[in-house]
Amino acid sequence: MGEVIVITSGKGGVGKTTTTANVGTGLAMLGKKVVLIDTDIGLRNLDVVMGLENRIVYTLVDVVENTCRIKQALIKDKRYPNLYLLPSAQTKDKTAVSPEQMKKLADELRDEFDYILMDCPAGIEQGFKNAIAGADRALIVTTPEVSAVRDADRIIGLLDANDIRDNHLIVNRLRTDMVREGNMLSSDDVVDLLGIDLIGVVPDDEQIVIATNTGEPLVGSDAKAGKAYMNICKRVLGEEVPFLDLEETKSFFEKFKAIFKK
Amino acid sequence: MGFISNFFKGSENSSDVAKNRLRLAITSDRAVCSPEVMEQLKMEIVAVISKYLNIDREGLDIKLTKTELEDSSETVNVLLANIPIREDSSNFRKRS
Repeated sequence: MGEVIVITSGKGGVGKTTTTANVGTGLAMLGKKVVLIDTDIGLRNLDVVMGLENRIVYTLVDVVENTCRIKQALIKDKRYPNLYLLPSAQTKDKTAVSPEQMKKLADELRDEFDYILMDCPAGIEQGFKNAIAGADRALIVTTPEVSAVRDADRIIGLLDANDIRDNHLIVNRLRTDMVREGNMLSSDDVVDLLGIDLIGVVPDDEQIVIATNTGEPLVGSDAKAGKAYMNICKRVLGEEVPFLDLEETKSFFEKFKAIFKK
Repeated sequence: MGFISNFFKGSENSSDVAKNRLRLAITSDRAVCSPEVMEQLKMEIVAVISKYLNIDREGLDIKLTKTELEDSSETVNVLLANIPIREDSSNFRKRS
């Protein structure tokens, strides 16, 4: 029986789609059969981040409206034969699908896949309700900024109200240099404020921008963000993996400064 | 030590400011009703009870909080009102 995981954040632009692509690809690299579902109807993006935009024939809406069978709409990944994408429709809007239909679809996919990842749209309206409808657990993505953290807290409350309580936090785009200077919330600060368990910290890494340009997820690569994503995947599978040391080698003066900052 | 660390830090870190602001914002977001509504509710409760009892407005404590149900681990929101009544309350004239 597969597990349904929703990747959500409340605020837009914090890295939900990038996280979905990387965690999904990572789980496939670890041998799991995975399907990624883009639930952002009208603003699809997961296809381009995965580099599969040229292969779309049918979409999520076609499946729900029974225009095609699920298998016809699933796009097989370029690199991993056990990884699939169910793309969103670009011409419809959020009301084209209901939470009940999404739950039914997710349940149908459980027999076939180990993991079903729902890439949730920003906001808390119908798109969010659709994305969480069939979910067993959630990965909440936030950046260390006041607006993103506040929205994440709202999302945690809404997930709780919908009986989704197996929730984990991903702090994305952390800059250790800024944390050290006292100009960015640390992952500990964010965990402290939100009160949920941390499953990963992804450093701000320009390699992510490059990977997105080419449509190839970074997970598994030697880049720091790639390693961080792979660790998240292992933790999703229940493995205990120590958190990466994201600190860059400090100069003597910075070390000296750090002592006095305590 | 305080002097030296302040020398390096300058004024309060912006991350500390962010954390404090967030703590307040999140607390207020999580509340069942806004501070304004809560204040209004308090005033009306006090007004109604004062019609019948002589209450100690200084020692009054009305707040929304969470409590765990006895027979399950479920938490529910409760309105707690601790309203001290003055001793001379029995002689308090009922307003008509």
